[in-house]
Amino acid sequence: MSELTETLIVLPAFNEEGSVAEVVREVLEKLPGVACLVVDDGSHDGTFQRAIGAGATVARLPFNLGVGAAMRVGFRYAIENGFKNVIQIDSDGQHDPASVPEMLQQLREVDIVIAARFAGAGDYDARGPRRLAMRLLALVLSSVTHTELTDATSGFRASGPRAVAVFVDNYPAEYLGDTIESLVIASRFNLNVRQIPTVMRRRSAGTPSQNPIRSATYLGRAMIALVFALLRPKSSYGTEAEH
Amino acid sequence: MTLTSYIFGIVSALLVLVLVIELLRRGRLRERHAIWWLVAGVLALIAGVFPDTLLWGASVLGIEVPVNLVFFASIATLVVVCLQHSAELTLVEARTRVLAERVALLELRERQTSGTTGSGETPAGS
Repeated sequence: MSELTETLIVLPAFNEEGSVAEVVREVLEKLPGVACLVVDDGSHDGTFQRAIGAGATVARLPFNLGVGAAMRVGFRYAIENGFKNVIQIDSDGQHDPASVPEMLQQLREVDIVIAARFAGAGDYDARGPRRLAMRLLALVLSSVTHTELTDATSGFRASGPRAVAVFVDNYPAEYLGDTIESLVIASRFNLNVRQIPTVMRRRSAGTPSQNPIRSATYLGRAMIALVFALLRPKSSYGTEAEH
Repeated sequence: MTLTSYIFGIVSALLVLVLVIELLRRGRLRERHAIWWLVAGVLALIAGVFPDTLLWGASVLGIEVPVNLVFFASIATLVVVCLQHSAELTLVEARTRVLAERVALLELRERQTSGTTGSGETPAGS
C-alpha cells in the first residue's frame, strides 16, 4: 500500500522503556515501509536508547511536556519531511498497529479517524465515575463533531493531510487538550471525524487508574478543558507564542 | 491624625515610588510590570499628602470608614498584579514549550546529518 510510505507513525513516550521497543518493532513489522517517530517526552529512563535500538527515529524533548507537545513535534516533523498522514499510537502497547491499514482506508473519506474501544470490539472495561466521564465527553464531542463517538479520549487516532495542516499550528498542549480540545479545533476548521472500532490490549506495562477520587478529578478537569475549548474564540488559533 | 502618622504615610509612599523608579532606571523592572506599582505609589502619595482626598473618595463611593477604601485599593492592586503575572507566566511557559519542541527537532536533524540514518547511535552525553 503506497499510503504507508506517506504515513508517519508517532509514538509519544514518557518513561516507557519497558514497552517502547516492542511497540516500535511491531509497528515496523506489521506496517512495512512506514516511518516511525518516537517522541521521547523527557523520560528519565532508557526510553530514548530502547527506541533507537528498535529502529525508530527519535526526537527527544528536553523535559516532560505532555502528549500534546509530543504530538506537536510529530506534526511538525511530518510537515518538514513531507508525510501526508500522521497516526498516533500509544507506546505502552495497548494499541494494535494492525488497525492502521483500516484507518488509512477511512482517511480517504474523512480527515480524522479515531480507533475507539467502545465501538463494538474488544473487552476494555471502565467502571464507575470514569466511565461516566467518558460517556459524557463522548456525548458532547459527538454533537460538536457531528459524528457518533463512543470514546473521545482514545489516543489511537489518524490525521489526514488537512488535519495535519491544521494541527501543526494549533495542536493543544494543555492537559487533556490532545484528546478533547483537538476535536473541538477539528470541528472549528470543518474537519470530518469518524470513529472505527478497535481492540485494546492490556497494557504491557503500568495499570490504568480506577481510583474514584482520581476519576472525579479527571471528570472535573475534562469538563473544564471542554468548556474552555468551546468558549475559545477562533481568532486565537495559530496565534500562540510562536508568532 | 498626629503629625507623626501624617509624615509616616508620606514617607512610606515615597519609599515605594523611589524603589520602583530606581528598579526601572536600572532596567531591573520592565515598565509593563511596574505600571501598577507606580499607580499604587502615586495614589498612596496623594492620599498621604492630602488626607481629605481619601475622605472625599470614600464619601463619593458611600464607604463609611475611609480606611476601608485604602484596603480595597490595596487589595485590588495586588489582585491585578497577580493576574498579570499569571498571564505572563502562561505566555512564558508556552514559549518555553515551543522552544523545547524546536530543540527536539533540531537535535534530531543534527543527529541525522552527522550520522547516516539518525538511528542506531547515541549522541554524546547521554
